[in-house]
Amino acid sequence: MPEILQKRILRRPDVFYYRVAAPLISRKAQPGQFVIIRLHEHGERIPLSLADICPEDGTISLVVMAVGKTTTEMSLLKEGDSIRDLCGPLGKPTPVRYYGRVVLVGGGFGIAPLYPIGRAMKEKGNDVITIQGARSSDLIIYRMEMMSVSDRLIITTDDGSEGLKGRVTDALRILLDEEGADLVMAVGPAVMMKAVSGLTRSYGVKTVVSLNPIMVDGTGMCGGCRVLVDGKTRFVCVDGPEFDGHRVDWDTLMLRQKTYREEERLSFEEWKKRHPHVMVEG
Amino acid sequence: MSRKMIPERTPMPEQPPEKRRRNFQEVALGYTPEMAQREASRCLQCKKPGCVEGCPVHVPIPEFISHVKEGFFIEACRKIKEVNLMPGVCGRVCPQERQCEAGCLLGKKHEPVAIGRLERFVADWDMKEGGNGMVSAEPSTGKRIAIVGSGPSGLSCAYDLARMGHEVTIFEALHEPGGVLVYGIPEFRLPKAIVAQEIKGLKELGVEIITNAVVGKLIDFEEIMAEFDACFIGTGAGVPRFMGIDGEELNGVYSANEFLTRVNLMRAYDFPEYDTPVKRGSRVAVVGGGNVAMDAVRTALRLGAMEAIIIYRRSMTELPARHEEVGHAVEEGVRFELCSCPVRIMGEDGWVKEIECVRMDLCGIDESGRRRPVPVEGSEFTIAADIVIVAIGTEANPLLLEHIQGLELNKRGYISVDEETGMTNIEGLFAGGDIVTGSATVISAMGAGRKAARAIDGYLKNRVGKRRRGGVRR
Repeated sequence: MPEILQKRILRRPDVFYYRVAAPLISRKAQPGQFVIIRLHEHGERIPLSLADICPEDGTISLVVMAVGKTTTEMSLLKEGDSIRDLCGPLGKPTPVRYYGRVVLVGGGFGIAPLYPIGRAMKEKGNDVITIQGARSSDLIIYRMEMMSVSDRLIITTDDGSEGLKGRVTDALRILLDEEGADLVMAVGPAVMMKAVSGLTRSYGVKTVVSLNPIMVDGTGMCGGCRVLVDGKTRFVCVDGPEFDGHRVDWDTLMLRQKTYREEERLSFEEWKKRHPHVMVEG
Repeated sequence: MSRKMIPERTPMPEQPPEKRRRNFQEVALGYTPEMAQREASRCLQCKKPGCVEGCPVHVPIPEFISHVKEGFFIEACRKIKEVNLMPGVCGRVCPQERQCEAGCLLGKKHEPVAIGRLERFVADWDMKEGGNGMVSAEPSTGKRIAIVGSGPSGLSCAYDLARMGHEVTIFEALHEPGGVLVYGIPEFRLPKAIVAQEIKGLKELGVEIITNAVVGKLIDFEEIMAEFDACFIGTGAGVPRFMGIDGEELNGVYSANEFLTRVNLMRAYDFPEYDTPVKRGSRVAVVGGGNVAMDAVRTALRLGAMEAIIIYRRSMTELPARHEEVGHAVEEGVRFELCSCPVRIMGEDGWVKEIECVRMDLCGIDESGRRRPVPVEGSEFTIAADIVIVAIGTEANPLLLEHIQGLELNKRGYISVDEETGMTNIEGLFAGGDIVTGSATVISAMGAGRKAARAIDGYLKNRVGKRRRGGVRR
C-alpha cells in the first residue's frame, strides 16, 4: 500500500499536503491528471488532482481539504500511514506546449494542481501569470510553489487583506484589458470556473478548465461523471478532466455535483457521532 | 430404459418473493445433498451428451453428475474444475436453458436435468469442505503472460494458463478483482463471497493479481509486451450507452453500470456503514430488457422502491434476459411496460419526475432476427419516476485500445480476433470476452478466455524464446 512520506498543514485547520510513495504512478503521471483513492474497506472512491509529480524520488503529491467524511478521515492520516487504494494516473494530461502568455487562475485549494501545470508551461517557455484568490490572506495556500513557477503572482482577497480586493475575475479582467492572454487555465470550484469562462468568452481567449464531478470507477465504465460539452455527453474521467470552458454546460455540472449532498451530510454526521473527540488537525 | 424415470426436476428452494424483494440475500438457497442426488439420478448418462456440446467451456457434465449421484461431491467438483475454475459462479449466472440444459435429451420429452443447480451445489459443497476440489498445476514453463482485466474471460484464461505451468499476472483497474462479477451482478444473485473464494483458488495456483492498475495509463502496452511473452486483453464491454434523449442529464438518471457499481462493488445498499451513497427512489424506471436491466430493477426494489418498472420496446417473448431472472422479477412484483420506448425525461428543479414513452408496434423482422419495433403515432404516455436507470448496453471503451498502435478493431470498435484462437493482428496479443463480442454472457467470456489460453500455450511452444527487456515491477 502506498505510504505517506510527508504531511504538512497548508492552511489551518483543514487543508493538508501529502507526499505519497507511488513510483509507478509518478513515472507516468503528467500535469493535469488525477488519481482515485480509497481509504479503507468501507471507503468510497474519490478523485484527487495531482498537486505534484516527482519521478526522481518516486512520489506524487496530493492536497486535500477536509470538508466531508472521506476527506476528514484522510486529514487524520499521518506520515508513515498508508492509503489503501491508489489508482492512477487517470484522465488526459494538460496539452502543454508554447502558447505565449498563459494565465493560471486558481480558487481555494484548486490552486494545487496548477503547480505542476505551471511548471510544465514555464519549461516550454511560456510567460506564466498566476491569479490566486481566497476570502482572506491567511487562506492563501501554495504561495511559494506558485511563485516559483510564475513570472508574476497576483493575489486577490474578498476582504482586501492582501493584494487586490475582489475576486479572481476582477484581476483577470484587468489583466486581459491591459495585456491580453493566449491561454487561460482555471482550476477550482465550478462556480469560479464558470465565472472565469464567462469573462474570457467576451475576450475571445481560449480557456481550459479542469472539471471535478462525482466519479466512481474513473475508467469510463460507469458514466457517473458525465457532463454536457457542446450539448454532447462526455465522460470527465476519460475524455477530460480538462475541457474548453466555453463549451461546458456549467449549470448541469453544478446541479449534478449536488446529487448526494444530503447523503454526504448524513454520512459525515454519523461519522462525527462515532468520533466525538477527533480534532481535525495535524 | 431399465430404471424409473423422474419426469420433473427437483425444485430449487428459494426465499419467498415477498421476503426476498426487500433483502440482498441470495434468492436461491441451493439444493440439499438429498435433493442433489435425486436430481442427479435423473441424468440419462448419454453416450453423446448434448449438454457438453451446449456448454461453451465443455464441462464434463455426465461425469460430474454421476459423481453427485454416488454422493462423491468433492470428486464432482474436481471434475468440473478440470475445465471450469468457477462452478459456483457459473451454476448461478449461466443461461443454462440456452446452453447445457437446452441440449439435455431428457428435456425433449420432460424437463431437462437441472445441471446449473447441480453445478452450484457441488461448488458450494466443496467450498464448505475447504476447497479440496482444487486441481494442481503442471511444472513451470518459465513463460510469463499478462492478462488485462480480471473479469470472467481474464480469470478463466489465467486459470488454464496457470494450470499449464505458465506464470500469470493479472492487471485489474478497480480495487477488487472479478470485473462484472463484483461490480455488475448483484449480491442476491451472486454473493461476493463466492467470487472471492473462486478467485482465491486462482491465487493458490500462483496467479498474481495486481489491483488499481490501469493498463494504458499506469503501464504502457509496449512495456507489457516487452516484459511478458504474451498478453490477453479481457477488459469487458466498456462505456455505458445512453439514449440521447432530452432530460438524460437530470439528477436521478443513472447508467445501469453506475447504479450497480455503487450498490455491488461499493456496497451502497449498506450506506452509511459503507461510504458510497446511492439514490433510493420510490418509483424507479429501468430502460432495457437484458440481464443488466433485470439486475437493476430488482436491486431498486431491494433498496426500497414502492414501484419498480421495466420499460422495454419489444414484448415479453423478445426479452433477452435469462428466463429465471425474468421469472424472479415478475414474482417480486416488477411492473413491465412492454412495447414502450422512452422519448424524453421530464424533471423538476433538476431532478427526474416523469418519463415520457411511446408505444411500439412489433412488425416485420429486423437484422437481429427479432420483430422490429415501430413507434405508434400519438400513443405517448408518461410514467412517474424519481429514478431512471438506463440499461441499453455498452460500447467499446477506448481507454486501452487507443494506446495500442496498429491494433485492428471491428466496425463497432471492438477488437478483431481470429475466432479459433482469439489472436489479434498483433503477434502475441490475444483478446476475448465482451471487448471482442460486445455485451454477452459470463460463460461465453469464460469460453473465449479458455480458447485463448489454449492458443497462447500453442503460440509459446511454437516460438523461440524471446529476450526480455527492462521490467515493470512494483
